Amino acid sequence: MKGQGITFRRIKDVFVKGLIILMAGCSVVPLVAILYYVFKQGIEAINWDFFTQLPKPVGEVGGGIANAIVGSLLIIFFAAAMAIPFGISIGVYLSEHGETKLAYFTRLVVDALQGIPSIVIGIVIYIWVVKPMGHFSAFSGSIALGIMMIPIIARSTEETLKLIPFSLKEASLALGVPYYKTMMKVIIPSGLSGILSGIILSIARITGETAPLLFTAFGNPFFNFDIQHPIHTMLTPMSSMPLIIFNYATSPYDDWHRLAWGTAFLLLVFVLMLNIITKIATRKWKVQF
Amino acid sequence: MESTVLTASKFGAYFGKNHVLKNINLDIYKNKITAIMGPSGCGKTTFIRCINRLHELTPGATVEGNLFLHDEDIYKMYPIILRKKAGMVFQRPNPFPSMSIYENVIAGYTLNGIKLKKQEKDELVQESLEDAALWNEVKDTLHKKGTFLSGGQQQRLCIARAIAMKPEILLLDEATSALDPISTASIEELLLELKKNYTIIIVTHNMQQAARVSDKTAFFYLGELIEYDETKNIFTNPKNPKTQNYITGRFG
Repeated sequence: MKGQGITFRRIKDVFVKGLIILMAGCSVVPLVAILYYVFKQGIEAINWDFFTQLPKPVGEVGGGIANAIVGSLLIIFFAAAMAIPFGISIGVYLSEHGETKLAYFTRLVVDALQGIPSIVIGIVIYIWVVKPMGHFSAFSGSIALGIMMIPIIARSTEETLKLIPFSLKEASLALGVPYYKTMMKVIIPSGLSGILSGIILSIARITGETAPLLFTAFGNPFFNFDIQHPIHTMLTPMSSMPLIIFNYATSPYDDWHRLAWGTAFLLLVFVLMLNIITKIATRKWKVQF
Repeated sequence: MESTVLTASKFGAYFGKNHVLKNINLDIYKNKITAIMGPSGCGKTTFIRCINRLHELTPGATVEGNLFLHDEDIYKMYPIILRKKAGMVFQRPNPFPSMSIYENVIAGYTLNGIKLKKQEKDELVQESLEDAALWNEVKDTLHKKGTFLSGGQQQRLCIARAIAMKPEILLLDEATSALDPISTASIEELLLELKKNYTIIIVTHNMQQAARVSDKTAFFYLGELIEYDETKNIFTNPKNPKTQNYITGRFG
């Protein structure tokens, strides 16, 4: 080995290390830039009216997005209510019977489902649900978003449950506990933090989805939530935050642009908060084996 | 007067085509500690996993012959009934991580949907933990998670969980092999106390342990029962040369 060779290799070492740090730093720039820009544009629109008022007709200044906030929450709530049982069941099945042919096929389908563009899901739900019903509805939006949530929940449940030691299942079975109770009361609670974080991440993932809602929930300038008839409410068209952004940002009015920025800001805060909650939940319910 | 709790008659077990236990005949007596010893792969763990039918959880695992708990054929019972009567403690402590110490002890009841009054639960928890010689160490932290305990304490918690079900027979599958010598000693002492009320089978690859705690010892080798006798006979005057070779350390 020549001395020069060593020096050259050390320079290469430093160079590669520096390059990696530089690249990592660069990748943070767009994220920070987006956050900063949305924050700067959006914060002006945030005031009390923004949260409590309905959108004003064209030409009138002011107004808020109360209906879209409630709409988004409702659509997400019903989507989650539909997707969680399916997602968890698939996840449990894949982790319990992962070697079977059906499981292999299921996993393939779930992965494929995750890759389907959201607008395609929107169109399909339009044809399957909206057309037979004859009108747009928040409910059909929940179905479209729920379908998008299932693969995320299923795979995170599967991965979580796979990490739970078999000895735990044995411990429960050895006490004479039937299989279904072993799953429901021992295995799933032990994996709760992972399952929960999968659910929250899937909600964060669909919160900003616009395309499926264009074909399903459609949007509605009024506040149509009726606490006494929640089901009926869900069968009518409903506004949501991504739809507000889409409609207002493409409009020619400055005041609507302002509202769209405000909504974008709110949506961003919401998603960031969900991510933080996921982190906290993972830590809080983390189970030590 | 010795009464039989468990009887094996021409009992055998398979993993797929692999014949891991062959023609086992033995009786387990009430309020005795029976040790099953033998080198790795001799089928000793398989044997006690057959007693509470955990063996059949492995795909392709089958059995032949009969096992009787008192007069009932184990393989004609419902596993969930049988397993309440045959408590098991595993090689590695496995308390339920999502439950507190208190909940772990009565897990056999809560998970099976057996309703107990608060007072009954309290008594059961105290009694089981006392029997498992753990009460004094945990009585102030009953509502902490069981996984915060040391390995030896966790294993005693698992024993408490098993005996809370008042099993007819207690199976210990190398229950001390993952523990340090002090914890091992405390569990061995505990077993000597427990045999007043329970019938115990321990599986061990540690000959000294078998000699220290057991009344009867069975020596398994390559899936066969080579010799079964009073522990002191096995260790002082074994009849079979294989047993002699094993206890004198020529193999295993």
